[in-house]
Amino acid sequence: MRVALFLTCVNDTLYPDTGRAVVRLLNRLGVEVDFPVDQTCCGQAHYNTGYRHGAEPLARHFAEVFEGYEAIVTPSGSCGAMVRELYPRMGERARAEGRGDTLARTLAPVVPRTYELTEFLVDVLGVTDVGASYPHRVTYHPTCHGLRGLGLGDRPRRLLEAVRGLELVELPGAEECCGFGGTFAVKNADVSAAMGADKVRNAESTGAEVLCAADNSCLMHIGGTMSRLRVGMRPVHIAEILASTEEVPAV
Amino acid sequence: MSGTFVGMPAFPEAAHDALADPTLRGNLRHATRTIRAKRARAVAELPDWARLRAAGRRIKDHTLRHLDRYLEQLEEAVTAAGGTVHWAADADEANRIVTGLVRATGESEVVKVKSMATQEIGLNEALEAAGIRAYETDLAELIVQLGGDRPSHILVPAIHRNRGEIREIFAREMGDWGRPAPAGLTDTPADLAEAARLHLREKFLRAKVGISGANFMVAETGTLVVVESEGNGRMCLTLPETLISVVGIEKIVPTWRDLEVFLQTLPRSSTAERMNPYTSTWTGTTDEDGPAAFHLVLLDNGRTDTLADEIGRQALRCIRCSACLNVCPVYERAGGHAYGSVYPGPIGAILSPQLRGTGSEIDASLPYASSLCGACYEVCPVAIDIPEVLVHLRERVVQGGPAVREGNRVVLKPAKRHAAERAAMRAARWALTHPAALRGGQRLASRTRRLHPRTLPGPGRAWSATRDLPPVPAEPFRDWWQRTNGGRDDGK
Repeated sequence: MRVALFLTCVNDTLYPDTGRAVVRLLNRLGVEVDFPVDQTCCGQAHYNTGYRHGAEPLARHFAEVFEGYEAIVTPSGSCGAMVRELYPRMGERARAEGRGDTLARTLAPVVPRTYELTEFLVDVLGVTDVGASYPHRVTYHPTCHGLRGLGLGDRPRRLLEAVRGLELVELPGAEECCGFGGTFAVKNADVSAAMGADKVRNAESTGAEVLCAADNSCLMHIGGTMSRLRVGMRPVHIAEILASTEEVPAV
Repeated sequence: MSGTFVGMPAFPEAAHDALADPTLRGNLRHATRTIRAKRARAVAELPDWARLRAAGRRIKDHTLRHLDRYLEQLEEAVTAAGGTVHWAADADEANRIVTGLVRATGESEVVKVKSMATQEIGLNEALEAAGIRAYETDLAELIVQLGGDRPSHILVPAIHRNRGEIREIFAREMGDWGRPAPAGLTDTPADLAEAARLHLREKFLRAKVGISGANFMVAETGTLVVVESEGNGRMCLTLPETLISVVGIEKIVPTWRDLEVFLQTLPRSSTAERMNPYTSTWTGTTDEDGPAAFHLVLLDNGRTDTLADEIGRQALRCIRCSACLNVCPVYERAGGHAYGSVYPGPIGAILSPQLRGTGSEIDASLPYASSLCGACYEVCPVAIDIPEVLVHLRERVVQGGPAVREGNRVVLKPAKRHAAERAAMRAARWALTHPAALRGGQRLASRTRRLHPRTLPGPGRAWSATRDLPPVPAEPFRDWWQRTNGGRDDGK
C-alpha cells in the first residue's frame, strides 16, 4: 500500500521528528510512504480566523497535491478534521454564494481518503499493536478536533495500551481543551494561558514523565507552558511513541 | 440590548479582570464542574437522547421556517382566550409598551419572575426611570438585584457569588428593599433560602402587577409555559391582578405535543433534573382565577435579522438551558460578565453579535471568545453548531459582507482594527500557495535559529508572556526527506 504523508505546515517547520517517526512507523508496518513536496498547509488557520476565502486557494492546492493517492495520512487530528469536516462545508458555501460546484468537485476526492494517523492504523491497517516499545509512564491528552471533530474515540488509547513497557495513567479532565485554539492563544492570551496552566497542573498530578497527544500545535502550547512553569514533564507526539522500538528507541 | 452593559470593553480585557479574581474563579470552577458532572449523568439515563436532540432541532427549525404563520396563529389564540398581544420591534418599544401597561394600572411596584427577555431590553431600568420599582423574585436574581450586580449565567445568575457573599448582601441590603434579613443570619443554604422566602412573600401578597417571560409559547392554544425550580414564578403568575409576559418571538412551538421533547431535554440539560419542580402554563384569562388582565409582548429586537442569516439563524433554536456555559472552558475562566450581555458563554458569543450587530468593541470581540473546542456543540440539546456560527461571525468581523440589520439588507464593512491581520493572512496565503516560498522561509528560520529572540514582537508577545517557544529545528522535514531520499539513505 502506498500512502501520502500530509505532515502539516507546523510539523514540517517545527516538528520534523514527528514526520520522521510516521515514516519509520509506517515503513515498519509495510506501508510505502510518499511525501509530496509541494504540500503546504490545509488552510485551517485562515478558515478558523474568519478568512474562509483566503483558505480556499490553500484547500485547492491541497487537493491538487494529494490527488491520486489511495490514502492521505496526517499526524494531526486538527488538520485531519479540517479536510474531512470543513472542506465539504467550504464547497457548500461556495455553491450557496452562487460560485457553482467547482470548489466542491475539486475538494471532494481528498475528503474521504484523508486519515488521522491513529485512525489509519486502527481502521485501515487493522492494527493496534504496532510493535512499539516505550518504557515510560505516559498520560494521554485527547485533543479537541481529534476527539470531537474526527471522533477518534479510544483508538489512540488502544494503540498506547499495546506499547511494551508503557504505563498509561489517566489524565484528570482529559477531555477539556488545553487552551491553544490557534489564534485564540494570541487573541485571548490570558484565558488561553489559564487553560494551559490548568492542563499542565492536571498532567503533573498524574506523576507521568510524558504527556502524549496527536497534535503538535496543542503540544507546543502545553509544552511551552510546562517549560515556563518548570514542570518536569515532556510533551511527546503519539507518532514518536508508536515509532519507538527496543532497537531504535525514541530519544 | 440592556443598557447595563453599554460601553463594555472587548472580551479579552474583561476576561483579564475576571482571571485576576481568585474568589470568582474558585466559585465558577466549583459550580460549573459540579453541574457538568450531574448533567452528564442525567442525560446518560435517557437511551433516546440523540433522537430527542434531533427532534428538538427539527421542531425548532420547522417553527423558525414558518415563524410568521405560527406567530399569527398564536396571536389569534391569545386574543380568543382573553389576552392582548403587543408587538415590539426593539427594546425601546417593548419598554414603552410595558411601562404604559403598568402605569395604566396605577401601580408603582411590580414583581418579576426571572426573565432573560426583560433583562435583554433593560426593563427594570426603564421602569425605574418611570418611577416604578421592579422586584426580582427568583432567588439568584434577587441576590444580583440586592447586590447592585449583573447576572453572569443564564440559569444561575449569581453563580459568581458564594454563600458568604450572599449572606453579607442579604444582611446589608434587604432592609432597604422591604423586610430585612433576620438577625443572626448564617450562610447555610436553608437559612439564606428562608430569609429570601420571608422577604419575597411580602411582595407576592402585595403586588398587583406581575411581569414574566416564558420558556415556550404554544401556537395552537395561545398558551405560555414557564419551567422553574423555586415556585416563585408560579406566585408571580397567579397572584397579581395584571400579568405582563415579555417573550422573544423565537420561543414559539406549534403544538402541545412539541413540549414533550423540550420538557425532557431542558431540565436535564440545565439543572440536571429529570423534571423541573414547577411547570406553569397559562392561557389568556379565566374568570375568578388568576390575573384578570393578561398582556403578551412579543419581542423582536434583532431576531428577524438573525433569522435572515442562513448559518447564524440556528442560534434562535436556543432553549436557554445553559449547558454550553457549564462545559465551556473559556466561560469557566472568564466568567459571565466578560461577555457584556445577559447571554454569556458560548451561546452569548453567537447570539449577542447577531441581535446587536458587530459594531461595538465587545460585540466584535465575542466571536473570538472561544478556542473552538466543540464541547458546547456536543452538549447542546438542540444541536446548535456553535463553533460553525462563531467562525461565520469571525468572517463577518474581518471581511464584512451581506447581513440584514433592522430589516434592511446591508453590506457590512470589515472591522478597522483587523487591517494588519488581514495583510498577514494575505501574505501567508501567498507563501502557502507557493511551496518554494514556504521552503525558503523555513530554511531562513532554520539558519537563523540561534538568533531567534526568546520573546516575540507584536501580537506574538501575548504568546511568549506565559509560554516558551519551541526551538526551531536545524532542518525542516521536507529538507530531510529530500536529503535522505525519504529516509532510505538515512544513516540512522
